[in-house]
Formats: sequence, C-alpha cells, structure tokens
Amino acid sequence: MSKLKMNSQLSKEDLEPACPLISEPSILTEIGNTPLIRIKNIGKEVEGVEIYAKAEWRNAGGSVKSRPALKMIEDGEKSGKLTKDKIIIDSTSGNTGIAYALIGKAKGYKVNLVMAANVCKERKGVMANFYGAEIITSSPFEGSDGAIRLCQKIYNENPELYFMPDQYNNDSNWKAHFETTAREIWSQTQGKITHFAAGIGTGGTIMGNTRGLRDLNPDIKCYAIEPSEDLHGIEGLKHMESSIVPGIYKESELDGKIGVSTEDSYKMVERLEKEEGILVGHSSGAALHGALELAKQIKKGVIVTVFPDSCDDCYIRSGHFKEYMESLHD
Amino acid sequence: MAVKVRIPSPLMKLTNNQSEVTAEGATIADLFNNLESQFAGIKDRICEENGTPRRFINIYLNEEDIRFLEGENTAVKEGDEVSIIPAIAGGLV
Repeated sequence: MSKLKMNSQLSKEDLEPACPLISEPSILTEIGNTPLIRIKNIGKEVEGVEIYAKAEWRNAGGSVKSRPALKMIEDGEKSGKLTKDKIIIDSTSGNTGIAYALIGKAKGYKVNLVMAANVCKERKGVMANFYGAEIITSSPFEGSDGAIRLCQKIYNENPELYFMPDQYNNDSNWKAHFETTAREIWSQTQGKITHFAAGIGTGGTIMGNTRGLRDLNPDIKCYAIEPSEDLHGIEGLKHMESSIVPGIYKESELDGKIGVSTEDSYKMVERLEKEEGILVGHSSGAALHGALELAKQIKKGVIVTVFPDSCDDCYIRSGHFKEYMESLHD
Repeated sequence: MAVKVRIPSPLMKLTNNQSEVTAEGATIADLFNNLESQFAGIKDRICEENGTPRRFINIYLNEEDIRFLEGENTAVKEGDEVSIIPAIAGGLV
C-alpha cells in the first residue's frame, strides 16, 4: 500500500488528542492554553481574511468541553453543592462526559453519564474503560433532548445522591470560556481578531467567547454556527429551532447565525485532512465551513473559530484516516 | 405487507406527530416510497437522490443496521420493525 501524503503543518504531538490514561490530579493543569492554528490553504482565495482555529483537542480530556466541565465541577465544590459523597450526573453527547469522567477520576468522584444510545459506541467505551464512569442510555429516537429529560428524571427521584452540573443551564459553562478561551484568543491574535464564529451545542463556547472578547474589544462581531436542518449528523451541534433551547444560550446578543449542512461539514472534514493535514471531528468541519462563509461575506478581517475535538475512530469510520493509519504499519 | 416504522423526533412533524407508523412494501426502498406517499417530503429527509439513506442516518431492520444487510434492497416481512435513527446531536460546544 502506498503511503498517503499528509500535507500537515502540525507536529505529530499537536495532531494527537490529549487523552491521558493516567488520571493524576496534575492532569487538570493541562486544560486550557491550547494552540491557535492558522488555516493556510482553505479560504486563501479570500485574500483579505485570515482564518484561525483553536485546537481544542489539546485539552486534557481531548475536547473543548474539558474547560466548562472543570469550571462547573470546581464551582460546585466552592459552593458546597458538590461534596465527596455525591455522584456527578449529567446528560452529554460525548465530550462533556469524557471530561467529567477524567476530572471525576482525578478528583475522586463517581460519575454517571446519561447519553442517547446512538452516541458512538467508541466514545462511550473510552469513558467507561479509561475513567470508570457509569453510562446510562436514553432513547436513540429522542437524541440529546431525550438524554436531558432522563437525566433530570433520575436526579429528581434522588436529588440527595447527586451533583448535577446541568451544562445547558449552568453559568459556569460559559464563564469558563469568558475567563480562559477568549483571553487566549485575544492574546494569540495580538488583539487583531475582528470576527468570532463557533458552533452551538449548549451555547457555552459561543456565549462565553462573545462576552469575553467584547469585554476586550466591543467591536468584535460574533456568529453562531448551527446545523441548517433539524435532522442532521453534525455530532455535538444543536439545531435550536427544533431543540430544547439551553438556558445559557442568548441569541439576541449575537450578530447572526450561519447554517451549515451535514454534507458540507463532512466535506470540510475531508478538506481539512487533505489540504491542511488536520484530523478533526464533524463539528470542526461545520465550524470551518461557517467561518469560510463568513470570510466570503466580510472580505477583510481576522476570523477565529473553535475546533472542538479531533477525529477518532468514532468519526472516521472509513476513508483516508483509516488508510493512513494502516499505511503507518506497512 | 405491513411493517412498523419508528420515527425519530425531528421527523415527527411530518408524520402528524406519530412516533410509530405503518408502511407497506417488500423491501426497505418500497417502505421509503410508501412513507413518501403517506407523508409528503419524508423520503428526501431520509435518503439521497439515488434512494440510499443519507450518511448520518442509520436504518435498522429489527436489531440489524441495513448497511450490513442489503442496504435499501433488504427484504422485509410482515411483523418486522424498521427504525430510523439519526446521529446524535447536541451538547458538544
């Protein structure tokens, strides 16, 4: 088999997600301060615009969700609501769950995660095997909203047993980005950022960065990226009109929304692999597709987006990544 | 023959809010066409133009993903249950 050429601008270390197998408390210091990557080839036809992406897979736990998970847990400890006898329980479509499980193990908490049964088995396996979280499955027909409802029901039956961060309605979620991600982006672009665009799931990333960046420069324009239809396959993103709208998501504060189709997101994942040498998940494909649409509209500026996680076997069921991995063993 | 089809929440507005409907046909492809005749617009949401299910939608015949059977040409029989299950959405960022 011929080796697949990876046109990568990143070091091998930067391409790999930070998913440590050893859960020591010191691992929690490896959340935040992720690299900002310049997208060099995709979008270069829009000469006046520079596009950058935060490489959030570099967080311990492998995704952007380690930031809010850590803050929600530590704020719970500070408030006295989370004590060592409590079980951390929440609904998740994957990444927040991995983060809770890692942080829970490092800090010595039991973690229960409610996930729709159609969340990739590989992700559930990562959490259960590596970090010891217990997985409770909800109906695959109801998606993440079904997981939200089941989690609430379990909590309501025995509230004294649990600490439920409730990532959709917890201000610590967006504040994690206000306090860390936004400041990193400001510093990494030397204050040159003009536009921010990110996907919406809980709304924590978009709201925290919008508020944090505007705190530093009120003129920065901020856009949410969402699936363009209710039935979609962009894992981790929510189509707001047809979903339970998270309490922390305040659309009126944004400058607009950019809709992205599932097919365009998947194509962008493939382009990122071929043209930039970056292996990411579908929500990152959606993020860059949205950023590119924005670039074409504004024609001049510095756009920053967020790549929530890297690809793994869960996302790349077939194709080039598989071929590339196989080629390494040739 | 009549087969029970389970509908995911995002498509229930096309099926008069029913989470389970009945469709007629000898194969999965027949069922999609029959569903379309009952609930206009539903086939486009599930399938590509060539009739295969969209990449992010999994179709199960009883417990089996039809990709591991004969795709949309998989035969169905009376009493079977077909499930339309989209990829998960929500809560990542």
